[in-house]
Amino acid sequence: MRKMAKRSYLALILLFLYTPIVVLIVQSFNAGKSRAKWEGFSFRWYAELLKDQAIMKALYVTLSIAVIAAIAATILGTLAAIGIHAMRKRPQSIMMTMTNLPMTMPDIVTGISLMILFTFSKIERGYMTMLLAHITFNTPYVILSVLPKLKQMNKHTYEAALDLGASPSYALLHVILPEISAGVITGFLLAFTLSLDDFVISYFTTSPMVQNLSTLIYSKARIGIEPTLNALSALMFLALLVLLLIVNRRASNTAKA
Amino acid sequence: MRKSLTCILLLLLVICLPLASLAEEVVNVYNWEDYISQDALDKFTQETGITVNMMNFTTNEDMLVKVRNSPSSFDVVFPSDYCIERMVSENLLAPIDFNNVPNFQYIDKNFVKPTYDPTGEYSVPYMWGTVGILYNKTMVTEPVDSWGILFDTKYRNNVFMIDSIRDCLGVTLKYLGYSMNTRDPLQLNAAKQLLIKQKKDGIVKAYQVDETKDKMVSGEAALALVWSGDAQYAIDLNPDLAYVVPKEGSNIWVDGMVIPKEAKNKANAEKFIDFMSRPDIAKINCEEIWYSSPNTGAIDLMGDTYKNNLTMNPTQDIIDRCEFFNDIQDFIQIYNAMWLEIKSA
Amino acid sequence: MSQNLSIPSWLVWVFVGGLVGFIVLGILSVKRSNGIKRSFFASPYTLWMVLFTVVPVLLIAYYSFTDTTGAFTLDNFKNFWDSNYSVNQIYAQMGPQYSVLIQPGTVNIDILVYSLWMALLCTAICLALGYPAAYFMADREIKLGSTLVVLFIIPMWMNFLLRTVAWMTLLEDQGLINTLLKTLGFHSAQLMYNDGAVLLGMVYNFLPFMVFPIYTSLTKMDGKLLEAAQDLGANRLHTFWRVTAPLSIPGVISGITMVFMPSVTTFFIPRILGGGNTMMFGDLIENRFLTEGNWNVGSALSLIMMVLILISLSILRKADPEGEGGGIV
Repeated sequence: MRKMAKRSYLALILLFLYTPIVVLIVQSFNAGKSRAKWEGFSFRWYAELLKDQAIMKALYVTLSIAVIAAIAATILGTLAAIGIHAMRKRPQSIMMTMTNLPMTMPDIVTGISLMILFTFSKIERGYMTMLLAHITFNTPYVILSVLPKLKQMNKHTYEAALDLGASPSYALLHVILPEISAGVITGFLLAFTLSLDDFVISYFTTSPMVQNLSTLIYSKARIGIEPTLNALSALMFLALLVLLLIVNRRASNTAKA
Repeated sequence: MRKSLTCILLLLLVICLPLASLAEEVVNVYNWEDYISQDALDKFTQETGITVNMMNFTTNEDMLVKVRNSPSSFDVVFPSDYCIERMVSENLLAPIDFNNVPNFQYIDKNFVKPTYDPTGEYSVPYMWGTVGILYNKTMVTEPVDSWGILFDTKYRNNVFMIDSIRDCLGVTLKYLGYSMNTRDPLQLNAAKQLLIKQKKDGIVKAYQVDETKDKMVSGEAALALVWSGDAQYAIDLNPDLAYVVPKEGSNIWVDGMVIPKEAKNKANAEKFIDFMSRPDIAKINCEEIWYSSPNTGAIDLMGDTYKNNLTMNPTQDIIDRCEFFNDIQDFIQIYNAMWLEIKSA
Repeated sequence: MSQNLSIPSWLVWVFVGGLVGFIVLGILSVKRSNGIKRSFFASPYTLWMVLFTVVPVLLIAYYSFTDTTGAFTLDNFKNFWDSNYSVNQIYAQMGPQYSVLIQPGTVNIDILVYSLWMALLCTAICLALGYPAAYFMADREIKLGSTLVVLFIIPMWMNFLLRTVAWMTLLEDQGLINTLLKTLGFHSAQLMYNDGAVLLGMVYNFLPFMVFPIYTSLTKMDGKLLEAAQDLGANRLHTFWRVTAPLSIPGVISGITMVFMPSVTTFFIPRILGGGNTMMFGDLIENRFLTEGNWNVGSALSLIMMVLILISLSILRKADPEGEGGGIV
């Protein structure tokens, strides 16, 4: 009985979380434009989605910025984490404060402060400024993913490698990196996810000509959701499911192996 | 080593793609939402080969800040009269070379060299219209002829207002018998108090801009403050709706096409403006967005359907009781403060 | 803010290319010299942070304390406290007949208080709904543990704007819920354009951020502690109150932190679901910058917001000094 109660509570919460998504997906097959009336099953909006220049462009912008920013943040952040880990107490805590700062700042303040920076230094806003902003807010998360792994790593492995005749770069690439690779990958994924979903910071650091998915949706949102966006949501959801299934299968395969 | 090289190459490729799109001819247009026909844009691209990048804004004030902050982002902008006045005074616009805009000959003489652009060299009129009340005849049984009805508690939660400072304050000032361009704080204060009361009484369902017309079509409210084109669009889709310019008078406005001084594609911008002023294209736009056209050629082409439509072609006495917005310069600070007070009431 | 010269994007590309080159050279040069100190690896990052985090914050501080001409002034903060401060000064200059209009305004404070209140409500609701959810998820009886976690994660990964706007479809007057009510014979209700809708949107967006930290701290808990408590004679309620709850506090604190802060500063939810009827602090800041173009007052407001957040964070940190909370990673 108690089990049932617990299960139903969880089910209710999940229902709450999924209802809008289900609505979006169902609506994507609605042949008509109206949001409340069902006018028949159709793939029409999926076709229109592919033809919609604005959405396709925004999708490209979102994905490319997420990839580039995540890669850049991962490189910058991993190097930084290694560096910070090797610092003494004082400089280390200064660096940690500086790293924590952007995460404690509300995103609207981050976005506005960057907007002020770009306008003040007369940098034209657009793709580049949005990219710079994304790298900026992603890197601290990478550092926070990699540092714990560095702390877990045996302190003496690096020195042992040097003693055994490895050059510092060899030691870095072949000794340290493999140990922290889990953290690096987590950091990369985290940065990628954050960039994909970002709205507020992108909103302030881009020009109206370069839109990512979130800013595009925002500009169309006042009028209510467009049917093509429903189709996009459905496809995103599908992609997510597939991705998670693959990851799950991989995880269970390595567990079996 | 090879792995990292391929990675770097892929990375460069991804980065280079956005640069590749710079090669084609484009014109960056910053326009109101739902304010131009996609058909007209497609024809433009077909005939000139220039791709149109369209960006939208919802109020003049938003647009002005964006143009100030990113002056080279846009080639053609569609501001309203008082905003053009402001942009001229802030030296944000480039003079238009009318040799490149021969279709200017079709613009009605009444719109040439207007008060907001006295030298006439910075703008080409696009559409004009009025501000009035759109109402649903099945929900409003009394005659609608005064702004007062928007403040009537009988229509609690049944009124849409425009989310725009000057439109809301303007019509309230007119209702109280003052000018829409007043700098008298006492008059402004009276208007502000009335709008705060309207909000506190729960009369306003929402402050919005482009959402209103579709929501009126689906019957979500009885009354709405709208621009004439939105009204006509809604009436077309729902014959229960009607539009009126109240007896106290209202705002008459003109939206023009301008070119920011630091536009990157000035030649393309002029071609765009010229194309939009061609009578058949102006007709296409007019028939899609339902606003009034300053283009004599287009009016001739549209014939009686245009001339007999009171919303699109108001009579002289309606025009006479309407006022243009003027740029109120620094006074906008006071308007802003009042608007915040109203919105947070 | 004259914009006669603007640095074109290609120049910025060059700058970034240079930065990348610097990093690559740094790595390669480690081969040559026998060991650059590892701590130097952090220098590109330091440079980046100074440029893109420290300097912007300093700029905000700069704009907060100056007016449009660049002169030092405290007016921006006075305008925060009394929203009619500048306006009153204009009235005073215009003449004595307008003195009746000179009144203090509380717009900024009202909006701030409203935002804090909504954030508090949202956090409370998220805690009330989220704690049981996390508890049941972590419960060993319910074996679906990790599947449930995945199910919770999936919505988070979908674009949250899309999900919020989807609520419009449900809540509108002609939306699905009202259509359902009408077919069942009830009156349609005003579900959107009010505080309730905004609160719903906020809870919807932030609930997972409350659930995860609590779940993490609950699963970290050693199951043997519970067994021990029961062996010592404690009943379920007692076990929960004395063992589970205190151990989950780091997670709760973490969850509260991750919900409260974004709630106070959220700005598009009130706009989309509140219909412009409700203005929150995030909206206010955005309005100042992008609609009014008043960077000075906007910066002052941002500064105040940052200070408030820092204060609340330090209060929360006192309750969880170890920083053990579930967090994001």
